[in-house]
Amino acid sequence: MMLIQILLILFFCFAIFKSVMRWKRGELKLTQAFGWWIFWLIAGVVVVVPNSTYYFARLLGIGRGADLVVYLALALLSYLVFRQSVRMEKINRQITQLARKVALDEATKEEKK
Amino acid sequence: MVLVVIPALNEAERIGRVIRGLFQHGWANVVVVDDGSTDETAVLAREAGAKVIVHPFNLGQGAALQTGNDWALTQGAEMIVHFDADGQFNPADISGGVEKIKKDGFEVVFGSRFLDERSKIPWLKKWVILPVARFVNWILTGVKLSDVHNGFRILSRQAAKKINITQNEMAHPSEIMTIVREQGFKYAEHPVEVIYLEFGQGIGWGVKIVKDFIFGKFLR
Repeated sequence: MMLIQILLILFFCFAIFKSVMRWKRGELKLTQAFGWWIFWLIAGVVVVVPNSTYYFARLLGIGRGADLVVYLALALLSYLVFRQSVRMEKINRQITQLARKVALDEATKEEKK
Repeated sequence: MVLVVIPALNEAERIGRVIRGLFQHGWANVVVVDDGSTDETAVLAREAGAKVIVHPFNLGQGAALQTGNDWALTQGAEMIVHFDADGQFNPADISGGVEKIKKDGFEVVFGSRFLDERSKIPWLKKWVILPVARFVNWILTGVKLSDVHNGFRILSRQAAKKINITQNEMAHPSEIMTIVREQGFKYAEHPVEVIYLEFGQGIGWGVKIVKDFIFGKFLR
């Protein structure tokens, strides 16, 4: 086993441990936590048996298993970043509404004085 | 009642003069939305006699205009004038625009620097930046105007009720134009004078505006 495999496996164990803790604290729903466990488990299998991706890569017409992993990882990251930006924008809008309400309430109070 | 909304950010040096100019031209209802200024803008605007609404922190010009619109609607304004705080507009231009809504039945009036010869537009702006901006704006909004991103506009009460500005920063003029097209509001352009100060929006801003506008489309 190569050093990189050991390091990655340790990292995945750590990630699973973290998500278990977050689930226990009620910060993650069981379905979400379960999704992450599956994700890290699959990642672990891919790291231990790199050739396991070969079958799926062939199925999709991609030559190497490693390429398939890179493509999937990129797609997933892009999606997560996009979702994150949309969320940020939504929070921004909510903060705007809140700030506006504070400003308008204050202005109305002044008017009544 | 016609209410003039002035979004202002750190305009302490000019805000008083702008408000007095409006009063001199008979526009008695002026509200300044202080968008989180760190200088004396709010104090000086109050001293000059305007109603002042203060954002707790900086939200952006689009957000300040929407706050002004909300206030104007609760005060029963029939028309809302958007006017810049930096003194580059001429308050004498308001009455003609107001007439267009009152008499000619338009619902939205956009100011334009290109309908008469008063504005001394810098060469690069007139022949390069604005034509490009005009084209991009036309593609994005579907509304063709002789000017773009001119901060002078007048909204009828009906229009202001339907226009909800969500573009907090500088993409709001394009957003307003899109809503005008979607709602089928009758709009007109009105010649306004713009006095050029040394600053303004450069090309970098243009890119940011397009980015904000397109990104905003995902959230509607």
